[in-house]
Amino acid sequence: MTETTNEGRLSGVSNFFAGVGNRWRGLPKWQRGIGFLAFVAFLYYLPLLGVPGLTWLRTDSIEGGNNWAGVLFTCAVYVLIALGLNVVIGLAGLLDLGYVGFFAIGAYAVAIFGSTQSPVVKSLQDKFDLAPEWAITWAICIPIAIALAMISGVILGWPTLRLRGDYLAIVTLGFGEIIRIVIRNSTNWSGGPAGIASIPGPQGAPSADNHIFGLIDAKPWYWLALSIVLLVVFLVRRLENSRVGRSWLAVREDEDAAAVMGVNPFKFKMWAFAIGAALGGLSGFLFASRQGFIEPNQFNANLSILFVAMVVVGGSGNMAGAALGAVLLAYLPERFRDFSEYRFLVFGLALVLVMLLRPQGLLPSKRRARELKDRQEEVAVGA
Amino acid sequence: MPDEREVLLDVDHVTLRFGGVVALNDVSFSLYKGEILGLIGPNGAGKTTCFNVMTGVYKPTSGGVLFDDKKITGKKPHEINRMGVARTFQNIRLFPEMSAIENVMVGTDSRHYTSVLGALFRLYRVKVKPEELPRVNSSNGLVRTWQQVARTSAKIFGLSRHTLEERAGERKSLELLRLVGIEHRANELARNLPYGDQRRLEIARALATEPKLLCLDEPAAGFNPAEKEQLNQLIRKIRDMGYTVLLIEHDMRLVMGVTDRIVVLEFGKKIAEGTPAEIRDNPKVIAAYLGESADAA
Repeated sequence: MTETTNEGRLSGVSNFFAGVGNRWRGLPKWQRGIGFLAFVAFLYYLPLLGVPGLTWLRTDSIEGGNNWAGVLFTCAVYVLIALGLNVVIGLAGLLDLGYVGFFAIGAYAVAIFGSTQSPVVKSLQDKFDLAPEWAITWAICIPIAIALAMISGVILGWPTLRLRGDYLAIVTLGFGEIIRIVIRNSTNWSGGPAGIASIPGPQGAPSADNHIFGLIDAKPWYWLALSIVLLVVFLVRRLENSRVGRSWLAVREDEDAAAVMGVNPFKFKMWAFAIGAALGGLSGFLFASRQGFIEPNQFNANLSILFVAMVVVGGSGNMAGAALGAVLLAYLPERFRDFSEYRFLVFGLALVLVMLLRPQGLLPSKRRARELKDRQEEVAVGA
Repeated sequence: MPDEREVLLDVDHVTLRFGGVVALNDVSFSLYKGEILGLIGPNGAGKTTCFNVMTGVYKPTSGGVLFDDKKITGKKPHEINRMGVARTFQNIRLFPEMSAIENVMVGTDSRHYTSVLGALFRLYRVKVKPEELPRVNSSNGLVRTWQQVARTSAKIFGLSRHTLEERAGERKSLELLRLVGIEHRANELARNLPYGDQRRLEIARALATEPKLLCLDEPAAGFNPAEKEQLNQLIRKIRDMGYTVLLIEHDMRLVMGVTDRIVVLEFGKKIAEGTPAEIRDNPKVIAAYLGESADAA
């Protein structure tokens, strides 16, 4: 077999993508740099864009209002989730179906420590005789959220990463639900089913004085989230092109051979899990600070499946692919709100179609696409 | 004579049972520093199983393996690799979607220290010699300025350990690929390499982990006579570089030509040990390979 060609029903599309990708990689470094910078500038400009068909998004919160920037913010948060989950699924090859658990932990971290209405902050106020508006600052909640998510990732990973494949998926699926149910049932510190309100943003608890990061204008929120996404892309790229990325790839391809070659599979899987969890926590943190109010039912298992779908539809192992999947799955349901009753039907159909016609995802990593093809050939030979 | 030499690996009364099947039955042999030991036997004699015990894939039911006077049974495969045991596989197990040089770099990584934090933040700086500083060689003024900035900052702050290890790994991997003779294929995917080159790549990858002992599991399987001769020379070259080699091989001419001593296994039991000449004339070995003659029975 020579160079991999994309046969199959969507070959036109995939060859187009492959052609664009190859041409892009063929450009000199500085031209690619300029292209990338232009793309980033465009991303920052996006909320100001006014293309009627694309940007008109109905919102129920304001009469006749347009929620384009708000949807962009959701897209950015989902992209952040997809990037984190891509480390776990795409790079390390671990199927995590409980990612919403980390998302919830990040969201609840800022709610529990940053909101004046959280039971924990209230009891701290009582104990140390603090003013009723005292709570932990938003900026300090960032490391708290990341650390808590990471620690829970390690606690979950320690016993379960010895499992392989489907077993890991089942355990993580359970983990996501456990987090939600624990939060719902522990009224004395998490607010229980009633949730927690007045979660702070960069300018403190929601109030009419918050001119920049307020409830109405979502543009600054989007720019904040986008900046974080770009920073994460930069850092994950560094990991990919290092010993760590190589070890993940080696473990994914042949765990036993990698171990005999001196790679500690458990250690690197653990790191993938912890990094994924940290990014999940960070995105939950952003989500909660923008929402201002969260309750446990926002973090159900459907969301986990949606997150995995973003990575798989977009193309696992490739950051651009995962990001594309996230944007599509965040934007399309909002765009077609008018058909809200059929939204999930169409959504499901689209997923099935993608899986049938292009199982490696819309924009797959070249390596992952070939791996998948090999598996299919193995199955075909076995049958 | 062998007693004066230093024992590198000591397989001490190893027995391995899978349920009722005895894969290895009280096998003992020693490997001396700097020698090439052949491990031969008919199919299913337990040669590869023996490798698997030595590299931590299986734990023996009883007995143990000492490497460099340290017990390695019960240790994990990557720990054993760190102690200095590297191996190749009978059924080639490269990382098929990685390029040849990346495969070897996975091996060099096992001796490196940069991990996740080092790769992310690159704060651990190391002073570098003048010849290792980034070069200023572009004719484009803008690029040249940038290169000068990079060079000056490297002079003042040093380079990150990550960068240095990546470079050292690449350099060493290329050297190893040259040693096994597939340097020109460095950037090809392992899966696209011809069969013989895949075998050679496995040897390069194993050498990259800087082992004291290199275990080769049927490296000549599927080779033609010319390739076998090349392999013969490669194994000698590797021994002359100071590695100790343990070789499993079916091809008798190769084994007899290259090894210093030979251990023969049959049905999980050691039936003979000695120099190639002794083994060739050993009636038990002849019987194991050719079957016993009717009048001897």
